[in-house]
Amino acid sequence: MADFIKNVKGFFNKVGTAIKKFFWDVRRKINNVRRRISNFLDKHNLNFANKFPGWAKALIYLSPALIVLVIFTFYPIINSFALVVYQNYNMTNDTITGYTIFGNFLTVITDESFIVPASHTGSSAVINTLIIVFISVPISVLLALFIAAALNSIKPLKNFFQTIYFLPYVTNTIAIGLVFAYMFKTEGGLVNQFLSLFGMDTEGLSWVESGAVYWRSMFVLIFYSIWSSLAFKIMVFLTSIQGIDKQYYQAAAIDATPRNRIFSKITVPLISPMIFYILVTSVIGAFKIYNAIVALFGVTGQPAGVDYNLQSIVMYIYKFIDGSNAGNLSVAAAGSLILFAIILVLTLVQMQVSKKRVHY
Amino acid sequence: MELRLENLTKIFTNKTGIETTAVDKLDITIESGKLVGLLGPSGCGKSTTLFMIAGLVKPTSGKIFFGDDDVTKLAPEKRGIGLVFQNYALYPHMTVYQNILFPLENMDVPRDEAITRVKEMANLVGIGNLLDRKPSQLSGGQQQRVAIARALVKKPKVLLLDEPLSNLDARLRLQMREEIKRIQREIGITTIFVTHDQEEAMSISDKMVVLDFGKEQQYDAPQEMYNSPDNLFVAKFLGNPPINTFEAEVKKGYLTINDKKFMKVDLPDALYDIGMRPENFRVAEEGGFEVDIHNIFHIGRDTMIHFEFNGKNLRALVDSDDISHGQKKVKLTIKSERVYIFDKETGLVTNHG
Repeated sequence: MADFIKNVKGFFNKVGTAIKKFFWDVRRKINNVRRRISNFLDKHNLNFANKFPGWAKALIYLSPALIVLVIFTFYPIINSFALVVYQNYNMTNDTITGYTIFGNFLTVITDESFIVPASHTGSSAVINTLIIVFISVPISVLLALFIAAALNSIKPLKNFFQTIYFLPYVTNTIAIGLVFAYMFKTEGGLVNQFLSLFGMDTEGLSWVESGAVYWRSMFVLIFYSIWSSLAFKIMVFLTSIQGIDKQYYQAAAIDATPRNRIFSKITVPLISPMIFYILVTSVIGAFKIYNAIVALFGVTGQPAGVDYNLQSIVMYIYKFIDGSNAGNLSVAAAGSLILFAIILVLTLVQMQVSKKRVHY
Repeated sequence: MELRLENLTKIFTNKTGIETTAVDKLDITIESGKLVGLLGPSGCGKSTTLFMIAGLVKPTSGKIFFGDDDVTKLAPEKRGIGLVFQNYALYPHMTVYQNILFPLENMDVPRDEAITRVKEMANLVGIGNLLDRKPSQLSGGQQQRVAIARALVKKPKVLLLDEPLSNLDARLRLQMREEIKRIQREIGITTIFVTHDQEEAMSISDKMVVLDFGKEQQYDAPQEMYNSPDNLFVAKFLGNPPINTFEAEVKKGYLTINDKKFMKVDLPDALYDIGMRPENFRVAEEGGFEVDIHNIFHIGRDTMIHFEFNGKNLRALVDSDDISHGQKKVKLTIKSERVYIFDKETGLVTNHG
């Protein structure tokens, strides 16, 4: 038996060596050809690459990415600034009736269900989004931090737990949303069944269906967005915690530092750049929330049979592109710029606040 | 406080089950208030020993005593030690003041007293004017001082230093080792100092331990160890330039080199390893043994000559006045008590106390 294993190992070693040898030779041949081409170019003075100045070369190498960025990012950004000054822009025949500076902004701001809660729904896109941002982001960042610290300190089943916590990241948002909607069903949903175990009366207790009150639906939405964004944050925090020099912890151990002080005085400050990065990107991400709401409550953001609406700012904007008010791109552009302004201001505020607390 | 290691052993097992003995049955008693150097080549287990004393590494077997207390099973924070890490491990986000204060914040110390102690300690190590700086704004030597202050501020019973000078440049190293000695004297704390630099260990230690492959080779005062090494390893490890070694036979009570009787010895006939330190050679007018000079290096105070002897290239460090430029031959002598004869099998010295 031992002999057999030895033979098998020997065989694989031989195959491995042969493969390595093959690729070594391939590399030699490629290098050879490359050398000859470069010699040829040098000899006939054809080596144009050396004639370009550095910035031109950089531009050439960057061009594939730049072209894509220009077409799909820069042009739309500039175009939305252009769109916003058009009056009554018509998408189908590309006509306008005039120009306005604040007109489209005024339309958006005064529109029911953007900032002002609509009379028939009692909620607005901005309020919905702000609630989601200011509740889900702090909770998910703090939670991710604690889970990452806990994952870092356990030894057995470490990889197993890391996989579990990372699963939401690789799972489709819409699929998770549907599972959530199913879990929070009024009749026979997992959550209601769980609650009834504790003797709660779950009869007609609806979360995402008709009869659900605003805060219950919002709870499900926030719960969902926290959970689905947790994976990435945990991963980032865990990697940065693992990157901390072990000697800091040894030094802290010798100084009899309690666990909570090690966490707050050593771990958190040392990964503060990462926490800040996660905070900024999460706030931006939360402001752009869209598919979570669609997955839970459908494209209108309104659970069937309720009188409020859970649409976000992005959903509001999207309505003007592909929805009930389709075609009014100028209003959509105004909405986007307002969203952009909100995010910009909040990010600047975060940068100011973090100046003293983030240690690079 | 006296510190005692009894039969201390550490065996590391890697994933494939191969065992490496990092520290092998160490038996050492370190007297109270002494500065002891743990010296050895890389991988000899000196840092592991230090970390076991600190409690960061658990010994496989053996015991550690602080005074009369067995601390082998005690957690690091309960041992009352101060540890200075090789790269200092200063918290980069805290100022010097906060770094030194940190250990005290975990202890039951009134705030006023804590602040006084931080300032006293900062002044003692000579960084009293740098308290508001961050570690990244300090030079290596200053960071080192902060690390020592942080280790000492909680008044530990034992101070442990893990290669504290290896990250400093040569000049600063000289200065810092005098500083460490001074601070240690002033506080009178039992100190263990790990280093691979024999010169550093010799200059600073009251006593030193030489380790090789986790085994204690010799435990003695530096000069004692230098003058009478217990074995070939210690002889080779101490001294710069290193000791000259070659093989020679003892025949009929005489050490015989090149078929000539070199000196009388009281040893059975056999092949031995011979050690002669370069600086123990003297240039002689008469007598001695004549050698061909291969190379002469004038290095200021002394002159180093390379010569062939008994088929090997040896070095001698002699007075510059005794050698003239381009000299081809020289007569050298060496005192018989400065010739070390080591057993070939065990490596133990045979002609020294």
